[in-house]
Amino acid sequence: MSLIEITEVRKSFGPNEVLKGINLDIEPGEVIAIIGKSGSGKSTLLRCINGLESINSGSISVAGAQLLPDELHLKALRLKVGMIFQQFNLFPHLTAGGNVILSQAVVKKTPKPEAEAIARQMLDRVGLAAKFDAYPDELSGGQQQRVAIARALAMRPIALLCDEITSALDPELVGEVLAVVRSLAAEGMTLLMVTHEMKFARDVCSRVVFMHHGKVHEIGRPEAVFANPQTPELKQFLGML
Amino acid sequence: MSYHFNFGWLLVYYPELLKGTWVTIQLILIGAVFGVSLGVFCAWVRALGPAWLKPIVSVYVELIRNTPFLIQLFFIFFGLPSLGLQMGETSAANLAMIINLGAYSCEIIRAGIEATPRGQFEAGASLAMTRFETFRYVVLLPALKRIWPALSSQIVIVMLGSSVVSQIAVEDLTFAANFIQSRSFRAFEAYFVSTFIYLTLAILLRLLLKFIGGRLFQRKAAR
Ligand SMILES: Nc1ncnc2c1ncn2[C@@H]1O[C@H](COP(=O)(O)OP(=O)(O)O)[C@@H](O)[C@H]1O
Ligand SMILES: [Mg+2]
Repeated sequence: MSLIEITEVRKSFGPNEVLKGINLDIEPGEVIAIIGKSGSGKSTLLRCINGLESINSGSISVAGAQLLPDELHLKALRLKVGMIFQQFNLFPHLTAGGNVILSQAVVKKTPKPEAEAIARQMLDRVGLAAKFDAYPDELSGGQQQRVAIARALAMRPIALLCDEITSALDPELVGEVLAVVRSLAAEGMTLLMVTHEMKFARDVCSRVVFMHHGKVHEIGRPEAVFANPQTPELKQFLGML
Repeated sequence: MSYHFNFGWLLVYYPELLKGTWVTIQLILIGAVFGVSLGVFCAWVRALGPAWLKPIVSVYVELIRNTPFLIQLFFIFFGLPSLGLQMGETSAANLAMIINLGAYSCEIIRAGIEATPRGQFEAGASLAMTRFETFRYVVLLPALKRIWPALSSQIVIVMLGSSVVSQIAVEDLTFAANFIQSRSFRAFEAYFVSTFIYLTLAILLRLLLKFIGGRLFQRKAAR
């Protein structure tokens, strides 16, 4: 059984069908890059997997549990699958440490000392142990994104969804975030990431998914997808980069 | 001008002034604490709450914001007893102020909530927080911070508006001023002194609210 099973998923916004029957099974420990043009439905797919958008038909299951749209099922799902956003979305009124502690305390009812210890450990893991007491607006974009990763990791997810997590960063800050992702991959975290970092996808990912007009247009190992694209759409997409 | 200003005799009435000032302070403290709490609840309903509660809160807010405070006060004090809901004049004044501030602060706080970036809600959700937990721990404080100056002004407005509760014989500062004026026939001095006390109260209230805001939104290290 796969860790994440996406079967015939369709999603429309009004008359606009954005996902047109997506099928994708992800094994534990896989690192998958989703590439494709803007508007092809990449973000929507990730958001559906995390229940931020409801699907119109098809099914999504994570670790054997079906995604159902009530608060109890959503909570169970989100405890297993974390999400990192392009805009970081740190809580501005809390320090880096406070950001990592909050959901542990609120959702898991982890006692404060333990939650703080985990927060320190997670911030250390992303290389920000010294920034425990810094507020988000005192951190660089790259540091903020690493705090966001630590915050997601503190919930002990079995998979992480990353939606263009380096796209809002200055070029010189991309590397530090990708290094963290790379280390997570090396530790066996299951990752599903929308990215424009083709070199990173080639080096780190087990499979690459090319989305086009709301469908999985091409999928395969990175060597094959990048070196030998089968469809004119993927050829054009890779060529225009 | 033949009027001779004379404030010295006011000393005779200082117990009335003191008592009236204290009643006004109590009115505003109770009104502010419960009124703003009601406002937070109503703002949550209007911005994020369950659909069935929204129309109820909307009717309440629009009703209060589009009728005079004095009529609301009379309705509570003179009207409700007809329905078997009798209460003392102080309770009626407290209730009227809570309900009035609740409605106005609802709209102010709602504006603060609605200015929250969508990503904050999504981050809360993605961390498995419920909608209510996200509101409580992520959205509320920054929302209050955004609108704190406007909310503070509204609280001061309600404090000044409290002077009409003397109309139902609550012995507040205005009541004391009226009483002194009717006893001494020295209107200028009586209202001059009460004006001065209201002004002082308003300034002190603004300072207090600024202090509370400072504490509430102070940056503190995570414990
Ligand atoms: N909340 C929404 N309401 C309406 N349309 C949306 C919404 N979110 C995304 N879309 C539309 O869905 C399509 C796919 O968007 P998205 O998944 O963000 O694409 P990508 O991430 O690949 O750039 C776009 O045409 C976009 O306009
Ligand atoms: Mg996108």
